[in-house]
Amino acid sequence: MHLSPDEIIFCQHGFFKLNATIAFTWGLMLVMALGSKLITRKLSMGHKRSRWQNLLEIIVSAILQQIEDVGLRYPEKYLGYLGTLFLFVAAASLCTLIPGYETPTASLSTTLALALCVFVMVPLFGIEDQGLKRYLESYIEPSVIMLPFNLISEISRTLALAVRLFGNMMSGAMIVAILLTITPFIFPVVITLLGLLTGMVQAYIFSILAAVYIAAATRVHRPQPDIN
Amino acid sequence: MLIDWFTVGAQALNFLILIWLMKRFLYQPILHAIDVREKLIAKQLADAESKRTEARQERDEFQRKNKEFDQQRAALLDQAAEDAKAEQQRLLAEARQAVDALKTKRQETLQNDARNLNQAISRRIQQETFTIARKVLTDIATVSLEAQIGEVFTRRLREMDEQTKEKLALALETAASPALVSSAFELSAEQRVAIQNALNATFSAEICIQFKTSPNLISGIELTTNGQKLVWSIADYLGSLEKNVSELLKIKPETKPEEALETKAND
Repeated sequence: MHLSPDEIIFCQHGFFKLNATIAFTWGLMLVMALGSKLITRKLSMGHKRSRWQNLLEIIVSAILQQIEDVGLRYPEKYLGYLGTLFLFVAAASLCTLIPGYETPTASLSTTLALALCVFVMVPLFGIEDQGLKRYLESYIEPSVIMLPFNLISEISRTLALAVRLFGNMMSGAMIVAILLTITPFIFPVVITLLGLLTGMVQAYIFSILAAVYIAAATRVHRPQPDIN
Repeated sequence: MLIDWFTVGAQALNFLILIWLMKRFLYQPILHAIDVREKLIAKQLADAESKRTEARQERDEFQRKNKEFDQQRAALLDQAAEDAKAEQQRLLAEARQAVDALKTKRQETLQNDARNLNQAISRRIQQETFTIARKVLTDIATVSLEAQIGEVFTRRLREMDEQTKEKLALALETAASPALVSSAFELSAEQRVAIQNALNATFSAEICIQFKTSPNLISGIELTTNGQKLVWSIADYLGSLEKNVSELLKIKPETKPEEALETKAND
């Protein structure tokens, strides 16, 4: 019994190693990229389109809508980052249905990597949007006294992101594993279904939180009330 | 140790690669397809809107034209009706005029015909009457009648009024040829002498005369000299009678046919 898929190491050369986390991530990446490639290979520009194209369009449109709802002015700009974040976590959770699959998000290394990406991307987007000076000024607002608290907040929320996702995914996998040993057949199935739901919710939470952080770092876009 | 830093780095790199892959194979094509479709829909909507506007304009134009057409048609119909009425009146008036003209012409023709017929009848009657009279008088004219005529002529010579006598005397004096005494029958020697004597006595001179037979006189004697004429004959009387009757006939036919036509027209 492994606490993390990092512990399953297929091969190692010194510092470099190929563990289950990386391997399954690659598999996931391959499936996602190939699937997208296959579906978008023959995209219809007209009114008639395939079911798969419809599904992808719905997903992408929904993500765009969510990003916009959070308050980001140009959702297309953040779609690549936030969308991929959601899709990766969601796909990783969804694949837990496959027997023998170890979800990469159950590894604290993966979740920390994702959280670190957020930790890096948020200031980048903030600086890009407001400029370096104004972004840095936001740390000493409303007072310089707030600077340490703001810095602590940055680090703690990154850690919180990583640990939250890891804890949820790992616990789901652990519960299923434990239940399989105690009560096979029905309960593990129910818990797996529950794990699916948890996975989806975590994917949503992770990407939404990232979006919120980016929105906080960039100028807050308040949608004008629709007069019409 | 839960955190493996190599894995963290690898996963971060993997994640960045995944972002690139997703952008390349998912977001860009899908967003492009959505954009194209949205543009297509927007274009179709705009087209539909423009077509609707066009259709509305065309409908308005059509309605306007239809209305105009109706008005024009009504106006034309009214005009046509008025024209037809005017034409009817004109044609009726023309027809009436034509009928009147025809009636007048027919009346005139009838009047002319009637007048001509009346005149023809009158002339014929006149001719027939005088032919009969002439024939009767010719038939009853005998030598004794001639003798009587000779006496009448002689008496007339003697009882001639002064004016006639002077004219005749002047004519006899200036005449180059002898005076001509014409009669219907051959005058007897006594009659000739009586006439010669009467002439001599009347004009107190020896009148040179020449006797001639002329059946046209019917019954009578005529003295002609240098443009002057002294006649006594039944033909003379008949001639003056014929003249009077002709004058009478000329007046009468003008009234009679008109009256006859008017009574016809009233029927």
